Amino acid sequence: MSMTATVGHAHADPHHIGIVIEHPGPASKRIVTAYGFWVFLLSDIVMFSCFFAAYAVLSGQTADGPKGSEIFEQRNVAIETVCLLLSSFTCGMASIAADVRNRFWFYLGMAVTCVLGLIFLVIEFREFADLVARGYGPSRSAFLTSFFSLVGCHGLHVSAGVLWLLTMMAQVFAKGFRADVLRRMMCFALFWHALDIIWVGVFSVVYLLGGAP
Amino acid sequence: MSDQTHIPAGHDLAPGEEEQHSVGERILGYVVGLVLALLLTATSFFIAGTDLVWQPSIPVALIVLAIAQMGVHLVFFLHITTGPDNTNNVLALAFGLLVVFLVVGGTVWIMSHLNGNMPPMDQIMRMRT
Repeated sequence: MSMTATVGHAHADPHHIGIVIEHPGPASKRIVTAYGFWVFLLSDIVMFSCFFAAYAVLSGQTADGPKGSEIFEQRNVAIETVCLLLSSFTCGMASIAADVRNRFWFYLGMAVTCVLGLIFLVIEFREFADLVARGYGPSRSAFLTSFFSLVGCHGLHVSAGVLWLLTMMAQVFAKGFRADVLRRMMCFALFWHALDIIWVGVFSVVYLLGGAP
Repeated sequence: MSDQTHIPAGHDLAPGEEEQHSVGERILGYVVGLVLALLLTATSFFIAGTDLVWQPSIPVALIVLAIAQMGVHLVFFLHITTGPDNTNNVLALAFGLLVVFLVVGGTVWIMSHLNGNMPPMDQIMRMRT
């Protein structure tokens, strides 16, 4: 009788709002670490939102300099987007491989992620170098200042992510799939996926909306 | 009778962590996410450069497509769900989104009003002389 009552209650109230649960003790370290990192990522996204707000306000202030539609190349942006999207996928494959302790697929997934991230960085660096060489550096107009700071900040995050990725490969190589290494791998996967989410905002707002004539 | 008060707490999931699935199912989840994200990206780039749709609708369409793609990333790559084991993650995300909308929406709102209420720059220069 009490069993069926309990089961029925659990179905009606999946979030256990109405039940006083005996304190289950602290959450496992895996959950605490990943949750803390999740809060960091959200604060990072809040920081990016300030750069987005600055870009939205300043995108029209070109000071007789170039407009977005004159300097953005859709083809490069499309390649960058596909690179980052595929790297998010291969990062997911690498984290599955880490969970099942498969070294070969882990190294392969991480290596492909690294190559795709580097292709993204090279394309972005060449775009920046080209703009500066044509005299359209960040000091040319308020629009270019906000463009360079927003896209450059994302690029810095990707560079840090690539360094972290190589560190994770080295740690798995040296220490194996230990619990602490797996926790770091989980945080790295969260970081990389979050960067891709921010890039969705960047290519939509900066390149596609800002590139409209 | 007393075991009724000893209901074990449902274990929580860390962000990015999936419920128990086989490897094949997990890979399938990522493949579905990748295909959806690629479709949405292709649509965004197509819409931005096309003459086929009513031009003033393009910015709205781009923003809607971007939000949809962020949702796809959150569900299929970061595994944020509405399940009871994800409550903490979703609440943190909701608070983050609140701050993002306050910052971006508030900035655009206030700055556009300031811009609208300011005389053009050449008039300010004339008032000074």
